[in-house]
Amino acid sequence: MSSYTAATEQDIEEMLAAIGCESIDDLFEAIPDGVRFKGALDLPAGKPEQEVYAEFAALAARNTSADDEVSFLGAGMYDHYIPSLIDALLTRAEFLTPYTPYQPEVSQGGLQVMFEYQTAMSELTGLPVSNASLYEGPSAVGAAAYLAKLANGRPRHLVSRGVHPHSRETLQTLAVGYGTTVEEIPLKDGITDIEALKEMMGDDVGVVILQQPNFLGSVEDIRSLTAVAKEHDALVVASCDPIPLGILEPPGEMGVDVAVGEGQTLGNRLDFGGPSFGFFAAAQEHIRRMPGRIAGETRDVDGRRGWVLTLQTREQHIRREKATSNICTAQALNALAGVVYLGWLGKKGLVELGELLVRRTAYARDQLNQIEGVTALHDQPVVREFAVQLDAPVEEVIRICQDKGVNPGYAIGRDYPEFPNGLLVALTERRDKAQIDLLAKVLGEAVAQARVETGATA
Amino acid sequence: MSDMASAETAAQHAAGELGEEIIRPESPLGMTGETPQQRDGAVTIYEKSKPGRRAFFTPASEVPEVPLSDLIPGQFLRSNPAKLPEVSEPELVRHYTRISKRNFDLDSGFYPLGSCTMKHNPRLHERVAALPGNSRLHPLQADDHAQGALELMWNLQEALGEIAGLPHVSLQPSAGSHGELAGVLLTKAYHEDRGDKRTKVLTPDTAHGTNPATVTMCGYEVVKVGTNPDGGVDLDDLRAKADDQVACLMLTNPNTLGVFDGNIEEIASIVHGVGATLYYDGANLNAVMGISRPGDMGFDIVHFNLHKSFTQPHGGGGPGAGPIAVSERIEPYITRPQVIREEAEAGDQPRFVLDYDRPKSIGRLRGFQGNYGVFVRSYAYIRSLGAEGLRQASELAVLNANYLLARLKEEGVAEYLPVAFDRLCMHEFVLSGAPMKKELGIRTLDLAKRLLDHGYHPPTVYFPLLVEEALLIEPTETETKETLDLFADAVADILREAANDPTIAQSAPYSTPVRRLDEAAAAKTPVVRQPL
Repeated sequence: MSSYTAATEQDIEEMLAAIGCESIDDLFEAIPDGVRFKGALDLPAGKPEQEVYAEFAALAARNTSADDEVSFLGAGMYDHYIPSLIDALLTRAEFLTPYTPYQPEVSQGGLQVMFEYQTAMSELTGLPVSNASLYEGPSAVGAAAYLAKLANGRPRHLVSRGVHPHSRETLQTLAVGYGTTVEEIPLKDGITDIEALKEMMGDDVGVVILQQPNFLGSVEDIRSLTAVAKEHDALVVASCDPIPLGILEPPGEMGVDVAVGEGQTLGNRLDFGGPSFGFFAAAQEHIRRMPGRIAGETRDVDGRRGWVLTLQTREQHIRREKATSNICTAQALNALAGVVYLGWLGKKGLVELGELLVRRTAYARDQLNQIEGVTALHDQPVVREFAVQLDAPVEEVIRICQDKGVNPGYAIGRDYPEFPNGLLVALTERRDKAQIDLLAKVLGEAVAQARVETGATA
Repeated sequence: MSDMASAETAAQHAAGELGEEIIRPESPLGMTGETPQQRDGAVTIYEKSKPGRRAFFTPASEVPEVPLSDLIPGQFLRSNPAKLPEVSEPELVRHYTRISKRNFDLDSGFYPLGSCTMKHNPRLHERVAALPGNSRLHPLQADDHAQGALELMWNLQEALGEIAGLPHVSLQPSAGSHGELAGVLLTKAYHEDRGDKRTKVLTPDTAHGTNPATVTMCGYEVVKVGTNPDGGVDLDDLRAKADDQVACLMLTNPNTLGVFDGNIEEIASIVHGVGATLYYDGANLNAVMGISRPGDMGFDIVHFNLHKSFTQPHGGGGPGAGPIAVSERIEPYITRPQVIREEAEAGDQPRFVLDYDRPKSIGRLRGFQGNYGVFVRSYAYIRSLGAEGLRQASELAVLNANYLLARLKEEGVAEYLPVAFDRLCMHEFVLSGAPMKKELGIRTLDLAKRLLDHGYHPPTVYFPLLVEEALLIEPTETETKETLDLFADAVADILREAANDPTIAQSAPYSTPVRRLDEAAAAKTPVVRQPL
């Protein structure tokens, strides 16, 4: 229908005359006949805006959103409340429609946001330098491993089995490219097995990659694990959920070299998995190996304060095959949501939110562990997420719960075959006590029903 | 627009004739609704913080108020809170609204940034992406509860495959550079599965920097291929370098010079002749939608920039998405999970599922299913335009580029800014500022900065690298003829002004929130966070 163009027939005639061509077809004379596409693309015909809207509204109505059920799904993305001011600010054309700030004189808004964002991430992680964001969480873990490869070139990378399965798989995919091996450090009692790490360590280990809290919700002893890695001068990467960082010891203060993570929890929508942002903060010595954009403060010719993209000699448009990464952009709009969200929570709010999550999660864990056929998968301290094992087929239990309007969590069996009926339950401040009580009731009934249906023992 | 007035003021300023007030003439951008004091005092949110202020109020916990240290051992807890700002909600809104006005944006003005395809961003797309069924859908929702989303993704896969002329699509990569990474890893998997260890990847010397950077990340050596006098691949050089150690040739067609390489069939035959794959960097797809398909040109792997040709707003530098389309021989290695359609019994709707069972897959490149919110916007664009609209968009993109080129070939401009490859262009073209620098004493950078005073975002500058003082201009199809005329007039004005007094452009801009910034100082002693 529309192609959002403005050229009238008269415009087209005048323009062709100025060019010296007879027809639009003539403009494409450089394309040889053999590779000219004849005929029309096999796509449905275009249609007016209101009809497109109706089609998309009908598609969206076929999804069960976090508005349509009481959801305890987490496992990497969480249903936090997003303040309305974020919607208002992110749809401002001045933030929504510019390109990367290549012309700093007319991009001070975006550059200042990057600088404020970098400051916030540095504060959260306890590491002095942050970039302006990466694509999302698991690929940021991959970028951190590549930094280790550039820093020390050692061939073995160790990753805890407590790291998100998508991050571990991404690491494996990328490692094939740059030629390292990825080995998994096993879990014991729900946390990274430090004794196993000691045995696996050696001077050929380039990096040890951990997650805080880990995929099963456990708070890891990052300080002790880091100390083991440091005995062999390996780098340590911690992939962190930024909300718990409000109350947990920051990785930078425990010797961690690079902190990365998924930024969705900071003011970004679920969006079926993206777009969100990945954060990447590191120790000072790695600043010239960092991937991605970095904003830095400077002055203009009149002495006014301003910001520019800096340390660009790391980047692909200057260094080409010697660049520290192929990444040429950030997730600027999503990182803006992140820094606005952190400003909205504020210094006290982030701590209070973390404390609220810990208490409600503890309550939910207690309630669920009392259910017949539900047992704790581990007893480690948790912040916002915990794992249980069901004495019934987990997929069937989830189905029964969803029929009653409750999504009890994520079945981890696909990623952890050792826990075939494991269920990962996540909370946010949106899940209140009444909803937790509802979860306990519905889950209890569903487990009982599934046990009957399948003749008990799973 | 008060171009002449501001030029006069600038000239007088350069001559030292005017006082402080007039150094900052009123901006044609409307960007300086700030007093001089405000402009000097770019204040951060941290500097507005005051203990006790807040915007967020924590819900009551409703559960037992157990001391935190009973639940998490003290050694794991933070001793000092992160020094986030303490501000009220009105301040927060005013702060970010105010600094937003220090950005130039596409909605406000012409943005002919070459190779970035700054076309209009329809607001319908924001509305449909924000529908709760999309924006509040958890990525691990069961397939049966996400049928609308999976169907949309499947439809987008099909449409992109049709546009590319290739049978299979993965939506997972999150940007063009991420799509390139996928493509080279797929190439590696393809060769290695056949027991063929190859060591090199060819890239033209005109290539975007992400191409060679990606090659290195995938463990290959970069070998550059030269450019012929017409701006295409130098076939003799390609033949000399294409051997059985070459895994892939990465190409953009039309390339970064805005030139369609008419030898593409020969290039494909040389590359396939040594068993290598041919990779299409889709940065310039906006020239050829429905007109020529990369698959029909012989490409094995194509990436799309949904934030270029398919209208995802650039967001000030992300988010985007970089799906890839591949040929049959590459398909077994494609990323997982893939959305597939299961045909139903008669009378039932087909079912869409995420397929993880792909044993030869290179695996994942990121979490979850990709940037779904971007998919919604891009698919809304495809549904709005249809086949005819997409073709028309490309046709008018090429028409606009050639018209602007014709205007810039007029006397008064062409002698200073000659076109690098004098022939019809595709959707963008390259001028060289070398004569301008020699004759008028102003560089491409100066021209770009002076364009800011005229209310335009400058074109891409100093890229492609092989053109001296390059200026890469891409107007896109959504601009009017009047806009293109005004832009051409502004370029001519600046050149006339420079012939008279080059110092004006050399010191530009004058009307922006800040003027030229000291980038060298920023890189020498990086200040990348605020000390708190």
